[in-house]
Amino acid sequence: MARNPVTWLGTPAFPVAAKKALTDTQLRRNLRKATTTIRGKRALAVGELPDWEDLRRAGEAIKNEVLSNLDSYLERLEQSVTARGGIVHWARDAAEANEIVLRLAKAAGADEVVKIKSMATAEIGLNEALEAGGVTAIETDLAELIVQLGKDRPSHILVPAIHRNRSEIKEIFRREMPGAPDDLTDEPRELAEAARAHLRRKFLTAKVAVSGANFAVADTGSVVVVESEGNGRMCLTLPQTLITVMGIEKLVPSWRDLEVFLQLLPRSSTAERMNPYTSVWTGVTPGDGPQEFHLVLLDNGRTATLADEVGRAALRCIRCSACLNVCPVYERTGGGAYGSVYPGPIGAILTPQLMENLQDKQTASLPFASSLCGACFDACPVRIDIPKILVHLRGKVVSAKRKRGPEAVAMSALAWVMRDPKRFAAAQRAGSLGRFVAKGGRIGRLPWPGSKWTDSRDLPVPPAESFRAWWRRTRG
Amino acid sequence: MRTLDGTAVRVALFATCLADTLFPETAKATVRLLERLGCVVDFPQAQTCCGQMHFNTGYRDQARPLADNYTRVFSSYDAVVIPSGSCTGMVREVYPDLTGSPASQAIANTYELSEFLVDVLGVTDVGAYFPHRVTYHPTCHSLRMLGVGEKPLRLLENVRGLDLVELPDADSCCGFGGTFALKNAETSTAMLGDKMSCVLTTRAEVVTAGDSSCLMHIGGGLSRLRTGVRPVHLAEILASTEEDPWRATR
Repeated sequence: MARNPVTWLGTPAFPVAAKKALTDTQLRRNLRKATTTIRGKRALAVGELPDWEDLRRAGEAIKNEVLSNLDSYLERLEQSVTARGGIVHWARDAAEANEIVLRLAKAAGADEVVKIKSMATAEIGLNEALEAGGVTAIETDLAELIVQLGKDRPSHILVPAIHRNRSEIKEIFRREMPGAPDDLTDEPRELAEAARAHLRRKFLTAKVAVSGANFAVADTGSVVVVESEGNGRMCLTLPQTLITVMGIEKLVPSWRDLEVFLQLLPRSSTAERMNPYTSVWTGVTPGDGPQEFHLVLLDNGRTATLADEVGRAALRCIRCSACLNVCPVYERTGGGAYGSVYPGPIGAILTPQLMENLQDKQTASLPFASSLCGACFDACPVRIDIPKILVHLRGKVVSAKRKRGPEAVAMSALAWVMRDPKRFAAAQRAGSLGRFVAKGGRIGRLPWPGSKWTDSRDLPVPPAESFRAWWRRTRG
Repeated sequence: MRTLDGTAVRVALFATCLADTLFPETAKATVRLLERLGCVVDFPQAQTCCGQMHFNTGYRDQARPLADNYTRVFSSYDAVVIPSGSCTGMVREVYPDLTGSPASQAIANTYELSEFLVDVLGVTDVGAYFPHRVTYHPTCHSLRMLGVGEKPLRLLENVRGLDLVELPDADSCCGFGGTFALKNAETSTAMLGDKMSCVLTTRAEVVTAGDSSCLMHIGGGLSRLRTGVRPVHLAEILASTEEDPWRATR
């Protein structure tokens, strides 16, 4: 089986990648500014709704219903889409999905496709696969365009260029954007205008558009894309052929269910009451919009994830990014350190499951990239208990290890000590010998692995007498 | 504090392995405080550790016997009080599934210290005296797992002599996270750095919290930089009185 491109080949394990990212002063500044702003705005947007908790529970319940009857909902969707003149394709993995899209683009006579921002196509590495097949993919979402022109990688689900500030964006445009004005400044208005002029030429010439999907309604076969810039609407209406790649978990049963998600998603992601553009299409309409519509339904590890009773809750995700914006780890390391198109807390539970390979060192490091502070669970609009799944996946990582390392030995030894209060008390007495390595009332340096603590933090001096020894002496 | 039949409430202290071993003053303070409020406090000596570190690092099988030990040891008390939000969270949120005994009395009767004082004993003024400038860090598990909310702050507000200063960005994690502090030491330290900056802007002499672990982390950083700001557990502040005031022991 080909390697799943959901993680980027060559990225080191999280602690190593994070260490490097943490030294990037500009990145730290950009991230702090961006996440602090959006956190504040999200809190206001959510605080406005007295029934926010009810909405979250409704979102959770609808997604759970879909996931527990996914097979029948998918068949219903296929029937509805087909009945309205669309063509449904099934892709087991990234390679199959890429092959389908490339074949369809070529059949439509396109050597260039315009793209709407989409996580599913990023997950399968579609742009690279199209390029290899002689078709150029043009990202039309402003942030995705910045990433693409900068030959960069996305670092956030919603705002993939969050790690860039405007002066960096100006440099990228000047260097890489054909026809960018020579006197371009870093004024947001000018930058947007340059991108607009560049993209307009592409919209008007492209024969094929590729999109993802935020939701698909099983009952009617309607597909929904929500966006802010209007580029998506251009892609969805101008080209003759539209190819949508959608993860199989993106379904909702009926139109009524959309009501819940169209409240949850914008408030959680962009902190807006309503997103600027909501596009919904159902099959094809003669004489109006694309005359050929293909829906590629993507598995790529989702069925395997669904089989895990605890881990499957990650499939409720609606890609809003609220968990990234509130995560203290993400805020400091940025998305690049996660080595995947899905960074942050949701990435730490989704990527390892989609990868289906916990022996890969980088993948196995992701569930540990969290202090389990729980801010992500509080912010999640579909109530994914991310800390619980992180811990669950940590257990799977430990079980997947082929041989017991020093950590497993230490953990077992410690558990053996802790199982018996007498052994524990003896260990405390031995530990109080640590008093003799203390200097000036603190322990400042310990050998590895204690150095992992003492490199940046002192340890308190162990007391002469543990609490239990004091209790036994005074009360026992 | 009396039960319905007039006998005093029998409270068991779960000291936590960390306070028992490294911070005995916190456990002693908890005993003094509870006794001052009329409880009969016991420390069942068969207790050890809640198993959270094992569980959260992926060693579920090693955590289970520790959880079973807890539910056995604490099955016959009116209440079990823990001076830690994190260990209480482990018992309340994880034990029902881990032990396979969701109806365990020991689990149902377990309270974090501030919860026990405010919700069970119904006191917010515990008669404490602590003449220092203090800032309070709400630890992640007490805040988000247990939802203790403003209870610790209400207790602190009623301490005589205490000058309470609000901590900026209070609800962001200090970066401890158990083995996270070792496995991702650099990221943990970056989070700690920002937490320390916030503590220092308050000009507090003392940073307090309901968890010895987070305090060990924040305190370890403050000590390394020789800031002079002391980490003091909430229990020690609440146990401190004019007659028997808090004293730094090391």
